[in-house]
Order: sequence, then structure tokens, then C-alpha cells
Amino acid sequence: MPNLNINGRNMSVEAASDTPLLWAIREQLQMTGTKFGCGAGLCGACTVHVNGEAVRSCQTSLSEVAGKKITTIEGLSAKGDHPLQKAWIAEQVPQCGYCQSGQIMQAAALLSKNANPTKEEVVEHMDGNLCRCMTYSRIQKAIMRAASEMRTASNSGTERRAT
Amino acid sequence: MNTHVKVADVTTGRESADLSRRSFLVGTAAAGLALGYSAVPGMLGADQALAAPANFDPSVWYSIAPDGIVTVTCGKADMGQHIASTMAQIICEELGANWKDMRVQLASNDPKFNDPVLGAQITGGSWSTMMNFDAMSRAGAAGRIALTDAAAAAMGVPASELVVRDSVISNPKSRKSTTFAEVVKSGKITKTFTPDELKAIKLKTADQYTMIGVSVPQLDIPSKTNGSAKYGIDVMLPGMVYGALVTPPVRYGATVKSVDDSAAKKVPGFIKAVTLDDKTGTTTGWVVAVANTYVNARKAAEALKVSYDGGPNAKLSSQSLLDEAKRLQSLDDSGLFFVKDGDTAAAFGTAAKVMEAEYTTNINIHAPLEPMTATAQQQGDIWHIYTGNQFATRSGAIAAGAAGVDPKFVVMHQMWLGGGFGRRLDADMTVPAVQAAKAVGKPVKVIYSRENDMTMDFSRPLTFQKIKAGLDGDGKLIAMNHDVVSAWPTKRWGIPDFLTPSVDKKGGLDGFTVNGADFFYTVPNHNVRAILNEMAHNATPSGQLRSVAPGWTFWAVESMVDELAHSVGKDPAQYRIDMLDGKGANAGGAQRLRNTLLAAMGMSGYGTKELPKGEGMGVACVSSQERATASWTACVAHVAVAPSGEIKVKKLTVATDVGTQVHPDNIRAQVEGAALWGLSLALYEKATLKDGGIEQTNFDTYTPLRMSQVPEVAVSVIANGDKATGVGEPAVTVIAPAIGNAIFNACGARIRSLPITAEAVKGAMKA
Repeated sequence: MPNLNINGRNMSVEAASDTPLLWAIREQLQMTGTKFGCGAGLCGACTVHVNGEAVRSCQTSLSEVAGKKITTIEGLSAKGDHPLQKAWIAEQVPQCGYCQSGQIMQAAALLSKNANPTKEEVVEHMDGNLCRCMTYSRIQKAIMRAASEMRTASNSGTERRAT
Repeated sequence: MNTHVKVADVTTGRESADLSRRSFLVGTAAAGLALGYSAVPGMLGADQALAAPANFDPSVWYSIAPDGIVTVTCGKADMGQHIASTMAQIICEELGANWKDMRVQLASNDPKFNDPVLGAQITGGSWSTMMNFDAMSRAGAAGRIALTDAAAAAMGVPASELVVRDSVISNPKSRKSTTFAEVVKSGKITKTFTPDELKAIKLKTADQYTMIGVSVPQLDIPSKTNGSAKYGIDVMLPGMVYGALVTPPVRYGATVKSVDDSAAKKVPGFIKAVTLDDKTGTTTGWVVAVANTYVNARKAAEALKVSYDGGPNAKLSSQSLLDEAKRLQSLDDSGLFFVKDGDTAAAFGTAAKVMEAEYTTNINIHAPLEPMTATAQQQGDIWHIYTGNQFATRSGAIAAGAAGVDPKFVVMHQMWLGGGFGRRLDADMTVPAVQAAKAVGKPVKVIYSRENDMTMDFSRPLTFQKIKAGLDGDGKLIAMNHDVVSAWPTKRWGIPDFLTPSVDKKGGLDGFTVNGADFFYTVPNHNVRAILNEMAHNATPSGQLRSVAPGWTFWAVESMVDELAHSVGKDPAQYRIDMLDGKGANAGGAQRLRNTLLAAMGMSGYGTKELPKGEGMGVACVSSQERATASWTACVAHVAVAPSGEIKVKKLTVATDVGTQVHPDNIRAQVEGAALWGLSLALYEKATLKDGGIEQTNFDTYTPLRMSQVPEVAVSVIANGDKATGVGEPAVTVIAPAIGNAIFNACGARIRSLPITAEAVKGAMKA
């Protein structure tokens, strides 16, 4: 019975070790924010973090994530207030919303490594995530807004430490 | 809208809702104040009707809880157009509630939530805002009046002295005030508005609006940023098991000869393979593998050995459908007339110039990102179906047909839709869920694989159009014959009321294959024939895909108009403006369309500067979706074409006149999304039929627009003050012709087939 470290908690799931992480998260753990879109790593709806990297959970087996730290949309922030989530609301990004958990998780992996991405870097990083409602320009704006907010927060944090 | 459309009892056998004959009831119920139209006029008192326990769904349009929270029940499918929030916004305006107090929930298929104009629960056509604005406004106003009367009685002042705003009822004279919450808590409110009283309520005028026209935060958005929004695929029921489909290699008409489940039986958790016996004819040759988890169900499905009889369509290809379309078009007696104005034959005889052109569009797949899914559960006599669906009235009937029960025993539980785009007007997903649940005696959730979803789509049909145009000596368009050959998606529904009588009363045609061809240009002699491609109809059961007919009719019309303008040496934009003279039945609409075209031209700088070699701007303007529901929309596309034929869309400038803006920010979001859909259909999306099956199975071969392909999009929304029109679809239809026309202006290549490929552009450049 594989053990998963997911959103900071250790959980055991009743599933074979070749089970895609996506379905263990959705069915065994009943965290349904991570979505099934294509089953082939082509759309990004199932994106979660494994040790901070954005991965397609439909293409990742439980055996591959043993002992690693998994984060889903439910665990991205304690109160749904990650700068990206706030930016997604401020820019009123989602339409149907189905792809947006994956979009946000994909974007979060970018911002954790690159606090000041260019538009080109955003596009390159996000191009594997389909949005059938085509909210792409708002996704871009929201990522830029969140990046800006995160930089401001970290700058002000630095200043406080300096004083 | 096809104004005759009224879905009566054909699908459900139930009485359809005609709100004009119903009273509106306001009454105190257990959970607070309930407000809604009476279910059966005159038979039940307000208290009884509203206090009746609602087992499956709320029985009212909206309710106000003792804490002042106003919950609106939305009878429309919300697929990302934020219609639930929009309905709440319209109610909120007249009710006088604070937006922070508003909530939404989704309605069941109970006929009391039917669209007040259409008499059914169907979401499409960009109709919802237009058709529900009045009913929602009056519902809100009736609530305000009931609350105000109660507050006036408590305060001992005339109701006319009270002012309502932000959920507070105040008396400016005494400076006393009370809240909605306090009024609801304080006691019993019972008020009935007769249909006449409801009609007599004086609604606000535009200058009094405080909510309409304001971009309030959409109520559904926070739940779509933290994973908590529940879609059909997220439904979890106690004891539920899972179904995975095995679908045949042929889109429609195959039958299952045998199923060998010996290998599937070795899959842990496998329960049963169920071969569907679909009396509704929605599916053919489907088998569902049921297991304890979806992963095991999928493994079992892959382990099943199913043999098929491919049926009558097993040899057909896209080319067969196109050849058949051309054959049908060439026959004089094909089809039915959607438009027959003047005498085109005589006019062609006098024309100085006659031109002909053929336009095609390939099969397109909806591919919403949430694959089709449904969960079915039988409890006693009642079947509960959980799915996101755009046509609950018909889908409940299909589910009932699959279960072999009367539709009144089916309760559709609406979920948020992970994309709709017309795909979820169909109910195929309910059939395997119901029959699997019946076979195993447990609730079953069926989830399509992406491959199931793509190959079994009710696709946008392959279309073939031929236009013959006659010009007089001045280059003026005096005659047009326009033939449109396609599968007829609406005919497939089997609801005669949804068909349009031909103008010569020779039969019912599918108006949803020719809408848009009845354009607002003044053309004195004009025929439009709707021709059913029976072969395509049978082999590729088609559906309504975002923007429906205008997605192909305007491709032909707006390309042809451009061709005509060029042939007589006129500027294509000016040529259009000259034809939008507003004569006769085109009065008003034509001028609004002209104005949006001028707006798009102005915003894009059309004609104001010389473009570099290989670049061009092209215009198009459309009255999508239908003449009676048009949002007036124009586009200027700016493209650059490389010598290889590669197209780069540099900018799309879209102007649209929507009459009244309920939510300006949402309109922009919808118009931009629609425009990008138009771009995706114009350049990137193509499905093909081979050996009776759809060849594309996933997003590697069927390739909707991605972020890196998004050009600059400029949207200008015009609100001329007329009634609010829909925005989810019209902008889809203006993009392809604008791009095609821009390509011609950039490099001289005239493209007449969608999607446009570099190869076709290069080929046309040489020609």
C-alpha cells in the first residue's frame, strides 16, 4: 500500500504502484481539484508539483513519487490565497475553470524559480497547458501580476530585515 | 432566434412553463424567504407550493435566508460564460441586494426552471441573457416590493417612502432602516403577484441601474482557483463504481458481435462488461467495462476483446461526404429554401457579371477539457443523473430511454461544466452510466477517455457551400444563390419544433445549418437552400459547435463578398458599407452592423497606412447568431504571409454591438475567447473521417490554439442601449473570413477551405 506525502501530510492509498498519481489523488484521496483532461500529458489539466517541479500526474505512477513531496491545488496555499490564486481572481481569469488548477500549478512552479519572468518565458513555460475557453491572455496577466506581488512582498521583507 | 421555437411536451411529457400565465409567489418557508413562479397556477396556495419539501432541488428561483444571503437557482448550464452569476446580477439589480449577499446554485431538470422564452432547459445560441433578462428582472423587483411592503408595515409608513439599496431598506425621512435579513427573520411574508401585476411592475430604466453595467466579481470564480468547484467528473456517491468505455472504430452504425472478457476478468476489481442496448439510438456498438476504480475499469476496457460489425458507414471518409455534398448541391431539387427573395434566375439573366465559388469546412471536434462523464444512481423508482449538461430537458429523456422509464422518473443534477461549446447539448454520456448502473446494481460514474471523447464527438459537420453571385454593370450585387450542404444537427434531436419551416412551406429545414446566410446586406434577389447531406448525417452525427451555422455560412458569405468587391475594383469594406443600407427588413440591423464595421476599421487603422510586403488587413462583419438575436460584430484581421505560405496573425481587432452590457468585463472575456476560437477553427483545428471513424484521437493530432499562438486581440464593445444580446458565440464567426480576406490582401491567395493551411496558401499564391 503506497504511502504518499501530499500537501504536507502522509497518506496511504489503496492502489497498485503503477497507478497514475492523478487517479490516486482524485479517487482514493478524493481531492478533485486536479483534473483529468487527456491521459497523455498533452493538456496539463492534471499538473501537480513533485518536489516543487510541475509534473503531469496522469503520466506519473505512484512508484515514481514514493518519498517525494507532492503538492496539489488544494495544498498550494492554506486559504487559497497564493499570490497566483489572488491574481487569478483579480484578473477574473477562469471561464469554465476546468484547466485552471493545472494552469495555476504550472505557473507556480515557474514563479518559484523565476520571480521576474519575461512574457516569452511565461509563454514557453505555459504552452503545454491547454485552455479550451482560451483565457490565455488573462492567464499571462495574472502570472505577471502575481510575480510582481511576490517580488514586492519579498523586497519589503528584505527591507524589514535590513532595518 | 428561430421565433417559432417552443419546446412543448415532446421530450418530457410534462407541462411546459409559460411564465406569462403564472403567478409569482413570495412566501416565508422553513429556510427563509422563497420566491418563484407557481408550479401549477391556481391550484396551490403560496405557502403550500413553496414550503413543499424539495427532495432533489430548491423549488424556487431564489431564496433569502434569515442571514440575508440571497441564493439564486440558475436553470442555465454554466460552462464558463458565468451565466449563473449574470442571472444573479440581473435579479440583484431589481431586488436591491448587496452583491456580497448573492450566491448561486444550479437547477435540476424540473420544468419549473425552464427558460421562460424557450419553454425548455436548454443553454445555447447565446440566448440566455437576452431571453431571461425580463423574467429575472421582474423576479427581483417582486422580491423588493414584498420586502419593502413588509418593512413599511413594520415601520408604520407608506412603502413609497422607503428606499432599497445594498440589502438595506431605509426611510430617508425618519433615517430609520432595516435589512433584508431582519425583514426575513421578523416574520411571515406572503405575497402573490398575478401575471398582470407582475407585468405591470415598472422596471428600472438604464439611468437607474446600479448593478447592470458593473463588472462585479463573478460568483463562481473563487471556487475555480482552489480546486473546490465541482464538475460532473468530481461526483462521488457512496458505493459508487466506475465505468470505462470501449467504443468502436466506426463513429456510428457499428454493432457489437461478441465480447470476450476472459482477459478483463484477470484485472483486479473488474465487475462486469456491459454491452449497451441503446434504444434511443444515441450510441451504437458501445461496451462499458465496470470496475472498482477508474484505473481498473480502464485496464479492463483495454483487456476486453470486442468484435464488431462495422455497419453501413464503415467505408466512408471525409472525401465521401464531400463528394456526396457536391452531388446533392448539383441537383436542382435538393433541399429546402431558407431564403427566397426576388427572382435570382431572372436576375442572373440580366447580370453584367456572374461569379461562382465553393467553400468548405472540415469536421471539427468540441473537445471541452473535461471529457464527457456522467454518474447514474437508481434509488427506488427514481434515476439520479449527475452530469454537466446543456439540455437537461432532452438529456433527462435520453437517460430515461436508456433506463426504460418515463422521463418523469429522471432527476438531472446539474454540475459546473468543464467546457460546453455545444457538446453537452447531447446526452450520450448518460446512456452507459444508466445501463452500467442498472447492470451492476450500484451507482456508476462513467468517464470517457480523451480518445472516446474525440472519436465519439457530435462534431461540427463537414460543410460544402456554393455561392453564385450576379453583379450589375456598376458592380452592385443584384442576385445570389447560396446552397449550404451539411448534416443537420438539430434534425437529429427529433424535436419537430426546432426545425424551421421552409419559406415555401415544403417542409422543415434545420435553420441551425443556414443561420447567417439570411444576412443584412440588401440583395434584391436572394436564395438560400438548406440541403441535408444524409450520408454525413448518418456517418457523423453532428452537434452544435460554438457559433453553429454562422461559423460556416459567414465563412462563405464574407469571403464571397470580398471576392466580388475585388473583382470590380472596390474596397471590400466600402463595398459592404454600401450594401448595409438598411432597406426594408434590414432597417436598424444593417446600420448597427455598418457602425461596428466602421469601429473595427477605425481601431485597426484599416486603410490608413501602407503595410509591408507580405502583410494585409482583411475585414468581415456578421449578424451572428440569428437575425432576431444578433450581436453586431466586425473584425479586421492583420496577417503576415511568408513565401512558404505560413501565416502569422499579427492582430485581430473586433468590435461588437451588444445593445446593453450587463457585465462589461465578462463580455470582453467572452468576445476574446470567441475570437480565439474563431482563430483556432480557422487555422489549427481539423478532424477527418477515414473508414467511418474519426482519425484524430487526442491533442497531439487535434490541436486547438495554445498560448504561443495567441495574437494581439483588441476588443471594442459598443452598447447602443437596445436589449442585451449574447456574446458567447458571435465573435467566433467573424474571424475566419477576416483572416482569409487578409491573406488575399497580403499575397493574392484566395482560400476557400477551412482550416487554412500554409500548403493551401502557397498553392493559391502560385495559381
